[in-house]
Amino acid sequence: MGELVKTIAKALVDNPDAVEVNEIHGHQSIIIELKVAPEDMGKVIGKQGRIAQAIRTLVKAAALKEKKRVIVEII
Amino acid sequence: MKELIRTGKTVEEAINLALKDFGVPRDMVEVEVLDEGGKGFLGLISKQAIVKVVLKDVIKESAKNFLKQVIDAMKLDITFEIEETEDTIKFNLQGKNVGLLIGRRGETLDALQYLVNVVASKYKGYERYRRIILDAGNYRKRREETLTRLARKLAKKVMETKESIELEPMTPNERRIIHLALQDHPYVETYSEGEEPNRRVIIALK
Repeated sequence: MGELVKTIAKALVDNPDAVEVNEIHGHQSIIIELKVAPEDMGKVIGKQGRIAQAIRTLVKAAALKEKKRVIVEII
Repeated sequence: MKELIRTGKTVEEAINLALKDFGVPRDMVEVEVLDEGGKGFLGLISKQAIVKVVLKDVIKESAKNFLKQVIDAMKLDITFEIEETEDTIKFNLQGKNVGLLIGRRGETLDALQYLVNVVASKYKGYERYRRIILDAGNYRKRREETLTRLARKLAKKVMETKESIELEPMTPNERRIIHLALQDHPYVETYSEGEEPNRRVIIALK
């Protein structure tokens, strides 16, 4: 799941090497923390959060397969 | 600037010079080595390496690479075919997991289509941009037919009851299908209300 967020983020930003993803596993849910270079924040959030929303939609679909709730946080 | 010829001490160095001039990663070009370079006769004179580096169709390549990476990361068993027109590049996704990638009312497919366009539009400066469309198992066509049928059925109901009907929230493209389906209708008209993502079509008597 973290791998998916990393793949998408790396393709969007100008500094792919600065992309960091951290997974926190709970009982029923996983929190994925996404960190990018400060100047790339807009690239993963988008106008009115549209890009962040699209990332969450895709992750939600992937999570369906593993029957877990996934929360993506951009920090 | 679709191809460059560069020289360097080694083939690798010459390729890297061209990549820097193009400003693209290695997988966006094809390389033809014109001269391997290296040491000449008896190692006395060293020859320069010469390469011809040709820029691929970067919009299509970046979209293709991104899609492949996402499908792999989601561990899905999905392949795709590409259909090109003058203004669009369409990827038809196939495989047993396509349902998962379509999602409820196509929301996952729309999200991926949006992202793939964001990624590919990084290369807008290189060639005329062509919009990327994702379809899966003919989903878009079937959805268009369903929405057209729904629009006609609801128009009939509006005429019978003489009351307007508000549809559920839809994407701009889906709203367009409803508007188009009823644009020549003699007795009803359509318009949209509300803000994205809750914008809805209203069907009303003229």
